[in-house]
Order: sequence, then C-alpha cells, then structure tokens
Amino acid sequence: MFDIDPVLLARAQFGANITFHILFPTISISLTWVLLFFKMRYNSTGDMKWMDAYKFWVKIFALTFALGVVSGITMSFQFGTNWPGFMETVGNIAGPLLAYEVLTAFFLEATFLGIMLFGFNRVSNRVHTIATLLVAIGTTMSAFWILVLNSWMQTPVGFEMINGKAHATDWLAIVFNPSFPYRFTHMMLASGLTVAFLVAGISAYRWLRGDRADSVLAALKTGVYLAAMLIPLQILAGDMHGLNTLKHQPAKVAAMEGVWNTERGVPLLLFAIPEEKTRTNKFEIGIPKLASLILTHDPNGEVKGLNDFIGKHPPVFQVFWAFRIMVGVGMLMLAVSWLAAWQLNRKGETHPWLTRALIGMSFSGWVATVAGWYVTEIGRQPFLVYGVLRTADAASTVSSGMIATTFFMYLITYVVLTISYISVVFYLARKAGEPLENTPVSADVAGTSIPPQLSTNKP
Amino acid sequence: MEMFADGKWLAVVFLGLMGISMLAYVILDGYDLGVGILLHRASDEHKDVMISSIGPFWDANETWLVLGVGILLVAFPSAHGVILTALYLPVAVMLLGLILRGVAFDFRVKAEAHHKPLWNFAFYAGSLLASFSQGVMLGLYITGFNYGALSLLFALITGLCLCAGYGLLGSGWLLMKTTGELQQQAVVWAQRSLWLTGLGIAAISIVTPMVSQRIFEKWFTLPYLFMLMPIPIATAILFFVIDRALRRLPKRLAEGNEYGAWVPFAATVGIFLLAFYGLAYSLFPYLVVDHIDIWQAASAPESLKIILAGTAVVLPAIFGYTIYAYRVFWGKARELTYY
Repeated sequence: MFDIDPVLLARAQFGANITFHILFPTISISLTWVLLFFKMRYNSTGDMKWMDAYKFWVKIFALTFALGVVSGITMSFQFGTNWPGFMETVGNIAGPLLAYEVLTAFFLEATFLGIMLFGFNRVSNRVHTIATLLVAIGTTMSAFWILVLNSWMQTPVGFEMINGKAHATDWLAIVFNPSFPYRFTHMMLASGLTVAFLVAGISAYRWLRGDRADSVLAALKTGVYLAAMLIPLQILAGDMHGLNTLKHQPAKVAAMEGVWNTERGVPLLLFAIPEEKTRTNKFEIGIPKLASLILTHDPNGEVKGLNDFIGKHPPVFQVFWAFRIMVGVGMLMLAVSWLAAWQLNRKGETHPWLTRALIGMSFSGWVATVAGWYVTEIGRQPFLVYGVLRTADAASTVSSGMIATTFFMYLITYVVLTISYISVVFYLARKAGEPLENTPVSADVAGTSIPPQLSTNKP
Repeated sequence: MEMFADGKWLAVVFLGLMGISMLAYVILDGYDLGVGILLHRASDEHKDVMISSIGPFWDANETWLVLGVGILLVAFPSAHGVILTALYLPVAVMLLGLILRGVAFDFRVKAEAHHKPLWNFAFYAGSLLASFSQGVMLGLYITGFNYGALSLLFALITGLCLCAGYGLLGSGWLLMKTTGELQQQAVVWAQRSLWLTGLGIAAISIVTPMVSQRIFEKWFTLPYLFMLMPIPIATAILFFVIDRALRRLPKRLAEGNEYGAWVPFAATVGIFLLAFYGLAYSLFPYLVVDHIDIWQAASAPESLKIILAGTAVVLPAIFGYTIYAYRVFWGKARELTYY
C-alpha cells in the first residue's frame, strides 16, 4: 500500500515535527526578554502602560510556551522512534548535550514559569521580576545547548571513532565547534526579529482597529525599533555564517547558490529552477560576479560547484529556494522596519498602509526562520552528522505504513494547532481592545492574574 | 570485562536516576492527568477550578517525562531505540494526547468563548489518551513487547487501570486543593477509581512473575518470599486506609473539618511507590525483560561521567525550586478572578 521510501517518510515526519516545534521556541526565547524589558520599564518608571503591555504579552507567551513544551516532548521520543542509529553512533556526544539542555534549562523555565504566569498575587514584585529573568535565562540556555548539538552535527570535531561509535576527546572543542558561534548568533537574532515583528504587527493590528491605549503604542515602538536595530546585525551575522559554511560545508553553499560546475566570477542567481536530472539550472536570472564577490570577497574568486561533490551533496532545488525565501523576507524586514521606525520618529505613528504592511508581517519571522533551518538542515544531507553518519544508516526499521499513518495524524494536528494559534493571537488582540465589562469574568482563569491594586481600570 | 568495571556503577546510578524521574513523572503528571480525565464529569464552574488547581504545575510535571526518556536516550541509547521502536504506536498516541491537553489548557480560556467546550473536551480526551496509552505501554513493556492476544488483553487492562490510578491521584489532589461541592464530588470520584486501581496492581503482580522464570524465582523462593511479603501487605493496608478515609470524609468535610483530606492522596502516592518498587525489583538489571541489561545498553563511561557531574549539581537545585514553587502555590486553589 505504501511504496514510499521509509527513510524519506521518517525524514518528512521528523521534519514536520521539528518545523512545528521551532515556531514556538523562536518566539518564546526572545519574548521573555521583551517581557522582562516591559517589567523593568514598569519597575523603574511606574508607568502603567508598561504593565499593561506585560499583561497582554504574557498571555501570548504562555500560549506559545505551552505549544513549545508539547511539541518538544514529541521530539525527545522521535529521536528514538525515527533515528535509532543516531544515538547508537553518536550518543556519547549527543547524550550529554541533550542532558544538559533538559537539566539546566528546561526545569528552570518550566518551574519558574508557574510563578511568572500565576504567581503575581502570591510573591513580591521583586521575586516576580526575578522569576521572569530566570525564565528568560532558561529559554536562552535551552537554545544554547540545542544549537551546540545541531552545530556539532554540522561541523563535528573533538571526538574519535572506536568500533563505529563516536567517543568524546575534547568537550570544549565539541561545545564551541567551528559553526556554533555563527549559528547561535544567527538563531538568537532570528528569534529577536520574529518577536519584534510579532509585537509590532499585533500592536499595529490593535492600532488600526482604533485601540489607542498607551500600551499599544509603547509595544508598537518597542517592536519596530527592535526590528530596525536587529535586522542589519542579522544581515551581517548571516553573511559571516555563510562564509563559515563555505569553509566547512562547501557542498551546502554550492546548493544555496545553484552552482553546478566549479567556476570563477560566479553570478548571484536571483531566479533559477535547478534540475538534478540534467544537473543544470533553467531560466537563470543573475547578477554577474556577485556570488563570487560575496563569498570570496573577490569578483573573480573561485566557487566550488556541486559536480565536485557527486553523491555527497544535498537536494539542490529545496536548498536553493529556501535560501532565497529567507533572504527575501530579510530584505523585506529591512525595508519595512526602517520605514516604520523613520515614520514613528517623525510623526509619532505609521501611515495606514505601512501599518497594514506591519500586520501582514506579524509572522514573517516564522517564514524566514523555517526557511533558514531548511537551508541548513536539508543542506546537510545526505548526512545526519556531516561526514560521519549518513541519514539512511540511522533510520529505524519501523514500516512505511506505520510511519505514514502517524505522519498524517501529526500533520493534521500541527496544521490545526498552527491555525488555532494564529487566530487566537489575533482574537486576544481584539479582545484586549474591548471595554472590560464586555469580557467574560471567567475568561482568564488559567491565564495570568494581576492584583487589582495594579489595575489601571480600578475606580 | 575489566574494561567495563569502571562503568558498572555508572549504569546503576543512571538506572536509579531514570527510575526517580519516571516515578516523579507518574506521580506528578499522574495527578494532573487524573484531573484532566475527571474534567469531563464536572460542571462548567468546577472545570475552571479544577484546571486552576493544576495550572502552575503541569509544565514542570511533564518535564519529568522528558528527563526520564532523556536519561534512557542518553545513558542507554540502544535500549531507547529498541523500546521506542517496539512501542511506536502507543507512543504516537500518547504524544498526540499530551499535545492536545497541553494546548487545550491555554486555548480553552484564550480562544473565543463558544469554542471553550470544544477545548475542554480536547483537554479531557488528551488526558485520557495519554494515560491510557501509558498504561498500554506499561503492559507491553512487562510482557517484553509480546504482541500476542493475551498480552494485548493484559495491556488493555493495564491501560484502563492506569487511567483509574491517575483518576485516584487526581481526585486525591482535588480533595486537598478544593472546597465545597467539588471536594465532595472528588470523594465520589476517588471511591470509583479505587477498586479499578487495585485490579490493575493485582493484574501486574500476577502477570509479571508469569512472564519470566527469573522473576518468578526472585519472588517465590525462600527466603525472598518472606523478605518481600511487606510489599503486598503494605499495599493492601494503604488501600484499606484510603477506603476508610473516603467513607469518613464526606461527613467531616460537610462540617468544614479538613482533617485527613490529604490522606487519600498521600496513601495513593504510597501505593504507587510500592508498586514501582516491586516492578523495579522484578526487572532489575534488565531494561528489556530478560533481553537487554543496563550494562549492555549503557553509553561510554566518559560520557556518563560528564552527564553525572551536571546532574549532581542540578538535580538538588531542581528539587529545591520545585519545593519552592509548590510552597508558593500551597493551599486551596484560588478561583482566579479577573479584576
């Protein structure tokens, strides 16, 4: 009944799962820091607008975090169900890194999250601020360890193979492996940008609907200025990350740029349809010599082509286009955030069409982040651990039919939940703008409770 | 063999850590899964209170599962692959359940009001699916992943009984954390869950020694038979204690006397501890009954040492602030009102 390659199915299933998962940590990592910023602004100025902004965004944070936790649990099981060969081969290295992630970070988040979300009435303001800080540190440490592991899978060092199993020889080299600093910076900035555009977009939505609360403008400005600040840093970090990849994984860069033959003076392709069968590109549109200039800082520099890596390079079409989507969204982010920052500075608000653009870009960070992960993860194929373990050798013996059944079950769940998440975020934004007497009293039982003495709406 | 002499104690230590994590998970997430299962039978007003009683804890509770499975993954990688491949389907169902209830927890109060019953149902259904599939996994695990008709029947029974066991923990939790009508309701729920929990423990106690000659001999030869007798006897006494407490509580609670409201929960935890101990004793030192032992499955000693160093520092801290978090939210669950 199912003739599909089980390895491909296992990859699709794992890919769907990890795609769904990354959406939520990408938001929660930086949203905690933004929340901490709101909280500390409130602590130092006493201005209620910051507390109102905190109250609104902490609800979205709680929702995001819950989705991140449940999809994360799925991950810890799918390592074993989909890739038993992964832990059997490199478990000695991946194991401690995953263990440290769970130990130092997960618990810090999960435990203090309770106090951060529900403890407002029960602990002092200072303890509540500290809980927020600890959750922020926890989410960031989580990302640190996971990116160590992922980077090590891309650029494995500090180990030796004994009887087909990797054994660690230098932990410091493993943690700070060659691609880690770049990937970690790139991902942290991606998270910051995703949150900046989410905060700006949702605030713009409330603004456009006529919600003129001080907290809306404060959040809008926070989002726009943060985006405008981070995007140039991200472009720089992305460029450096690309150069690092060129050094360690030239086949990936060749796929990103759609370069088949090793050449000098390679053009930067804006559009092309790479075809694996004929090993050529169709409908090429490019800027002469620009790819050589970007990658080697010399217009006539040599770029290695895919034909040098036959059997050892990733599928070209996906990597090529994922890369273009990521860069395209990044450029759009630059334009929109700088224009919005300029208008906010000059007129104190954004022009309605720019406000609409900001709303449209509320979840643009997700698109860029997922596309970026596809570049780096598909770009690592056909290896699971670059040069050490092939994906096909790590796959499990579970039948195609079983994987396909559970795959569709997961996929439906993920689609429904992603749609629910986005619509609830917008619904919360609409509800926040309504007068309070219209809100059902029990509406926030499991949400956050703020003591009445801190409410702006007290009589 | 001398090459592994160094690693021998490490594998035992990690087995202990994994056991503690799994036990913590079963008890901690057990009560909030139980509350989720009971949710279906409660009135709308009570639903909100029930959820707010577990609100601050469920995230951290579920993290114990990640830690337990994480230790299996990092310390015994080959067993992780074998066990999870054998349990592929129930694991997938459990994950679906955990996802459903985790998100329903937030969506039920944040989505539009007319969607609330739908998310309430998702919370209940997710809790039930997760609990049932965990029970099924336990059953399959005990029979060494035998997929014969009798083993499957046994797995279905353990699935059903684990739901009851979690229901018992959940109603015990509600007895401590709630008041009034809901608290009285919890007594009834606990009474209904009690006998099915007992059936489950009895079934496991009978089937486990039947699966393996080795386990049979560990229990039913002298002098072990006498040395181990306290386990079933203590379990029976705890069941009796719960039954008696549940008979007396309705009258006492009606008079506003909270004395002994914690007894059913504490005694249920006791039963889970004893059952866990019995099972651990039966299985040791095997991770897959009579097939893979902990030393065959363990990671390299140098990696285990690295993990152990981190664990030794972090685990006490986790216990510390878990206790702190429970203290902050001590006492009756407040009906969190909005201004």
